[in-house]
Amino acid sequence: MDSTITTGTAEENVWGGGNSPLGASYGKMMMWFFIVSDALTFSGFLAAYGFSRFKFIETWPIADEVFTHVPFFHGNYPMIYVAFMTFVLIMSSVTMVLAVDAGHKMKKNAVIWYMFLTIIGGAIFVGSQAWEWGTFIKGDYGAVETNGGRILQFVNAETGERAAIRDFAKTIPTERTEHERKNGVWFFDEGYLPSYSLNEVVEGFKAHPNILIRTEAIVQEGENEGHKTLLTREESLKKIKDSKYVVEGANLIRNEYGSRLFADFFFFITGFHGFHVFSGVVINVIIFFNVVLGTYERRGHYEMVEKVGLYWHFVDLVWVFVFTFFYLV
Amino acid sequence: MSVTANAQVDDHAHDDHEHHHKQTFVTKYIFSQDHKMISKQYLILGVFVMGAIGIAMSLLFRMQLAWPGESFSVFEAFLGKWAPEGVMDADVYLALVTIHGTLMVFFVLTQGLSGTFSNLLIPLQIGARDMASGFMNMLSFWMFFVSCIIMLASLFLEAGPAAAGWTIYPPLSALPMAQPGSGMGMTLWLVAMAIFIASSLIGSLNYVVTVINLRTKGMSMTRLPLTIWAFFVTAIIGIVSFPVLLSAALLLIMDRSFGTSFFLSDIFIQGEVLHYQGGSPVLYEHLFWFLGHPEVYIVILPAMGIVSEVMAVNARKPIFGYRAMIASILAIAFLSTIVWGHHMFISGMNPFLGSVFTFTTLLIAIPSAVKAFNWITTLWKGNLQLNPAMLFSIGMVSTFITGGLTGIILGDSTLDINVHDTYFVIAHFHLVMGISALYGMFAGIYHWFPIMFEGKMMNKNLGYVHFWITAVGSYGIFFPMHFVGMAGVPRRYYENTAFPMFDELTDIQVLMTVFAIITASAQLIFVFNFVRSIFYGKVGPKNPWRATSLEWTAPQKHIHGNWPGAIPEVHRWAYDYSKVDENGEYIIPGQDFIPQTVPLQEDEEELQH
Repeated sequence: MDSTITTGTAEENVWGGGNSPLGASYGKMMMWFFIVSDALTFSGFLAAYGFSRFKFIETWPIADEVFTHVPFFHGNYPMIYVAFMTFVLIMSSVTMVLAVDAGHKMKKNAVIWYMFLTIIGGAIFVGSQAWEWGTFIKGDYGAVETNGGRILQFVNAETGERAAIRDFAKTIPTERTEHERKNGVWFFDEGYLPSYSLNEVVEGFKAHPNILIRTEAIVQEGENEGHKTLLTREESLKKIKDSKYVVEGANLIRNEYGSRLFADFFFFITGFHGFHVFSGVVINVIIFFNVVLGTYERRGHYEMVEKVGLYWHFVDLVWVFVFTFFYLV
Repeated sequence: MSVTANAQVDDHAHDDHEHHHKQTFVTKYIFSQDHKMISKQYLILGVFVMGAIGIAMSLLFRMQLAWPGESFSVFEAFLGKWAPEGVMDADVYLALVTIHGTLMVFFVLTQGLSGTFSNLLIPLQIGARDMASGFMNMLSFWMFFVSCIIMLASLFLEAGPAAAGWTIYPPLSALPMAQPGSGMGMTLWLVAMAIFIASSLIGSLNYVVTVINLRTKGMSMTRLPLTIWAFFVTAIIGIVSFPVLLSAALLLIMDRSFGTSFFLSDIFIQGEVLHYQGGSPVLYEHLFWFLGHPEVYIVILPAMGIVSEVMAVNARKPIFGYRAMIASILAIAFLSTIVWGHHMFISGMNPFLGSVFTFTTLLIAIPSAVKAFNWITTLWKGNLQLNPAMLFSIGMVSTFITGGLTGIILGDSTLDINVHDTYFVIAHFHLVMGISALYGMFAGIYHWFPIMFEGKMMNKNLGYVHFWITAVGSYGIFFPMHFVGMAGVPRRYYENTAFPMFDELTDIQVLMTVFAIITASAQLIFVFNFVRSIFYGKVGPKNPWRATSLEWTAPQKHIHGNWPGAIPEVHRWAYDYSKVDENGEYIIPGQDFIPQTVPLQEDEEELQH
């Protein structure tokens, strides 16, 4: 790609005025500077995330235990689906490069096809993100929160696997149902009410001697280093007295995975990135139709494709960082 | 790609504006895409309207500080229910302080100052037809307009505008129950600032690419007037720092409205524990001051550029140390991004980090001193033309040095602890960035008024009166303020009557307030001079200050595209004042300046500046 060749001839000074010293039109440079600016917004978020995570480094949830689902499959597949999403997004960057290249060669049909594939890739990514959010919000095992705001999760002592509260909670029929707008005072919404009351979970816990409690704290040394701390049955029975809420899934206030800031940052940063991808898809669609209508063919160059391409690569690059910091490390 | 880039550039270069579009009132005065009109729009809205409101607010709270708890009919008139029986309410005091800071720092001195002078001077001084994108320029202004409207609308809310200080630290700003202003007022503040950031970003993108791509033939980077360098670097700092404020603002919006805990933890209000857990207000301070510190250079750099230019013109000497001036602008810009922690010495930040920030902060003294010495040496043995613009430029050097010296005290973490959050800080930053930037702005307005209003000149004598009252008055306000601060009076307090040790400072408070009223009133002279000169100002010569730079070669009558026919070509730097040949004669006989458009004369050597 010869996109950085300067336009100055040999005898005239590149920065001497009357030319474009960086060999780029003003529009393309604006895109570059916009990307610098946007990159700093993301840096602000990621730095805030790092700051907060470091503060709770000893209790932060373990990503491998949170992101374990794949659509249409049952079971434990940590990181598989997000790897697929990342792959799709990177491939859409590849097709975008091919679209830009085809634009340089003024091959309209090739640009149309590659733009189309890029849009499809972006749409798959945004859709996957929505699914990922849905799964994250729904949760799977459930947990209880203590008076101090800590999350207690449950483990089956025999299998060593996580135990879901629905598997051991007792059903106590006197409990009330959630207040909704349609069946109560119409302007009042109770919002979140878990499917089991605290009493049901505690009673169920007491009735099942093979259920243990797992705390947020990560073991710092010994053979279980890097794993969450598992309490004995006696410790667990003592600890359950601290419990105050049943937590299922995640919202912006509390989540079953552990530290509140974990879900807060997950929603905010992937949401902000998802918003960027969504905007990128919308912009790509607009450009796609312009290509189809022959706007750039008449203009004599496909620079607009290149500009949106820059943005698309940037969004892609940001995802690499988000992916690294949320899923990998 | 190079082919297409060329094609686009050529498009622009050949865009001779002799074929004129028909302008309607709306496209000429309202949704104008012409940089000269947009510049005037910024001047009127950003500087005059927002500035007047900001300064008027400061008078109100200065009166409260001088005469705490006393009843004034002016309070009743302006504050209404917030001043029952003419006595200012404590909540509105905080709101006034907050909005004064917000308006002056962001609206007046960021977008007002940069918007006015970057728009006016960048195309004219680099020899361009207009900004790279006239449309984006217009968009930037109108987003600024919307932002102003929202910010001003918040003044009329029932619970009052934002009142958590212009830095809006959480938890005060995050919890609606914390104070009346943290409800809808703070929401509108955040919305207005988000739009403001977008406006500032769009404007800055335009300034930067215009300077890079649209310089006329021969206008190399080292021939640019220092104004352009200052505006260019200011725009870059804006692009780098404002997005981080956006990060902070968005996270704060999430905390306020959606229940997240980014900045909040373990809060009890009225005996009830709130659900927020794990967040850190210090994190907010980091994010805010990563913008906040570069922001003060966004405010002062344009003023420095204007002063450098006005001073060289009116000393009839080349600016001393042209390249050192550029290097110091770049050094200040770089250092400004690594010193934010000096605002947070007592925030609970790690003290070791404090010493690192002390080190980087004190480094800024070096480029700042380079600039100050270069201005003084530019004046040295100059043929000084003491017109109002020059007086304000010299005044700016004075206030910058005075304010800068106290900066050394505040930048040192051990010394800062003693005067942190006292009036010493207020005195420091008002002199070094408030008054200095305003002086630079006044210098620019007096100097380039003929460019803005088709050759009309402002009245010189009124300018002198304006300058001397302002110069004496601003020192009258802010010099005693240092002593009040060193005596320990804290900032942002509604009244200090509960502390007997501050009783003896009341007279100084009265003195400062009287000076503030006098100085603010003197600005009416300026406004009168400005408005009268627009309509009845004398039309001066085309190049009234006998300056070398390109804007004075454009016709006095504004045309879209700035120059009829070809854009002038540039053959020399912008500071060939009083240049002599080896016989000691001026290069152009009888003329002590050589415009940039004049080619090098025979046996004339280009200065190795």
